[in-house]
Amino acid sequence: MRRTAAAIGVFLVALLVVMALLSLVWTPYDVTRLAIPDKLQTPGAAHWLGTDHFGRDILSMLMVGARTSISVALIAVGIGLGAGVPLGLLAASGAGGWIDEAVMRFNDLVFAFPALVIAILITAVYGPGAVNAMIAIGIFNVPVFARLTRGAALALWPREFVLAARVAGKGSLRISVEHILPNLSNLLIVQSTIQFSLGILAEAGLSYVGLGAQPPIPSWGRMLAESQTLITLSPHVAIFPGLAIVVSVLGLNLLGDTLRDKLDPRLTHER
Amino acid sequence: MIFALKRLVALAVTLMVASVLVFFVVEVVPGDPAAYMLGLNAAPDTVSALRSELGLDRTGFARWFEWISGMLVGDFGVSYTYRTEISTMVLDRVVVSLPLAIYALLLAVVIAFPAGVLAASHRRGVGDTAVMGFTQIGVAIPNFWFAMLLVLVFAIHWRWFPSGGFPGWSGGAFDALKALTLPAIALALPQAAILARVLRSSLLDTLGQDYIRTARAKGLSPRATLWKHALRNAMIPVLTIVGLQFSFLLAGAIIIENVFYLPGLGRLIFQAISSRDLVVVESVVMLLVFAVVVVTFVVDLAYAWIDPRLRR
Repeated sequence: MRRTAAAIGVFLVALLVVMALLSLVWTPYDVTRLAIPDKLQTPGAAHWLGTDHFGRDILSMLMVGARTSISVALIAVGIGLGAGVPLGLLAASGAGGWIDEAVMRFNDLVFAFPALVIAILITAVYGPGAVNAMIAIGIFNVPVFARLTRGAALALWPREFVLAARVAGKGSLRISVEHILPNLSNLLIVQSTIQFSLGILAEAGLSYVGLGAQPPIPSWGRMLAESQTLITLSPHVAIFPGLAIVVSVLGLNLLGDTLRDKLDPRLTHER
Repeated sequence: MIFALKRLVALAVTLMVASVLVFFVVEVVPGDPAAYMLGLNAAPDTVSALRSELGLDRTGFARWFEWISGMLVGDFGVSYTYRTEISTMVLDRVVVSLPLAIYALLLAVVIAFPAGVLAASHRRGVGDTAVMGFTQIGVAIPNFWFAMLLVLVFAIHWRWFPSGGFPGWSGGAFDALKALTLPAIALALPQAAILARVLRSSLLDTLGQDYIRTARAKGLSPRATLWKHALRNAMIPVLTIVGLQFSFLLAGAIIIENVFYLPGLGRLIFQAISSRDLVVVESVVMLLVFAVVVVTFVVDLAYAWIDPRLRR
């Protein structure tokens, strides 16, 4: 059962990545080419997944859209890791002190803003776009990684190898980077997978309401928004982008579960 | 008591800093909000009229103070586009968004509870596998897409529910709730999936405890052990998640309202963004942040009340 889930996860994530990479060099059709006579075709030999209301090939759009999803989610995870991990390490190294308190209060503050609300704020002022979506989701990721890092680092500080490093005369900064951080990598990899899948969902939601990637860059969320009025006429236009999101998120979640089982032996007990 | 006071102070500080942030991002960073709101082709005297109407000739701090002290007594200012009190507009919209979030939360609990109990009590059985499979799909489905599928099936194909719009509460609660049902189901599904997983794993943890073995050893049936002993103790983490989900539901409602054209806070905020009505945007954002922070505070207190170990 667990093996099947792992295999499905790896397969789906590989499919997502291959689709995105392939779209860099080849797509069945040009996604910017409008062919109104071919509009709203149902799936067939010429267009495997049919065409949309502008006659664009849905499979090609999904392939390029995968790139948008992956890049937004990946950079958002990068922002979360880049800011959250140092904050968490800092908080743990000065545990109980004012740094810890300040970092944790900062976390509370960011937690008060759901990703969508951050995105709304940013786009209300700076306009919608993929970059602003990345920043919004990234900011949301910061406290997630900060909390995780702090919690795990706190558990490591009293351990003997850290004490040994202290006796050797290393400062908190060096200990954090050289001894604590490497021991957190598994945990961070697992959490990154989870945040990556949440990022894909968030990007889809943002571009659905018009706050994400702007035309002509294809994005799954906007494909869904555009399909909404066509859903009775041509359900396939709405179904395939949605399936693409579900399949990607499902794959990443299954992969995340598998990685957790593999990388964190403490959790392999019956759950 | 001291714990509650400490959390209350933290709540006040968080809200205050959040309000500074929101105000700063919306009104100070972009330069001249008046020019932004009126667009590129505005005449200079129109811009300067709006500048004095918004009080932009005063310092940022004075304007922030006026804004936040107004909000504290329910005065959110006046919408530039609609020329009406923002508090009235918000109130009109809250009666849609809040019931929607509560409805969705109730549905999530109603779906998750039996599913979680079934999965935990038949661990590794067919029921467990089915529930876990469904929850995997539940957390992977974007709720707005699920909403579209619900419309396709239940509103367009079977015509059981309206496909969008809201008749208002004055025409009777039945029609209003009917209009909120599909949106609430769409919002509830991912949350129900998360809740079912938390309940399952919390129940499994509890079922492994010594006192459960004692209960079984003294002759209690597995069913009675589950209902009388395990469930009550397994509820603590579940309640926390339920509380935290409320704020997600409120934020999620923003997107779902767009699918169903519901006149809630979500629609209000997007209309305000497209008409560049910054005062409305910042007020509604602050209101959402307020809701999230207060709910988190209540959850913290409830948690500490249930589990005294957390009162540090």
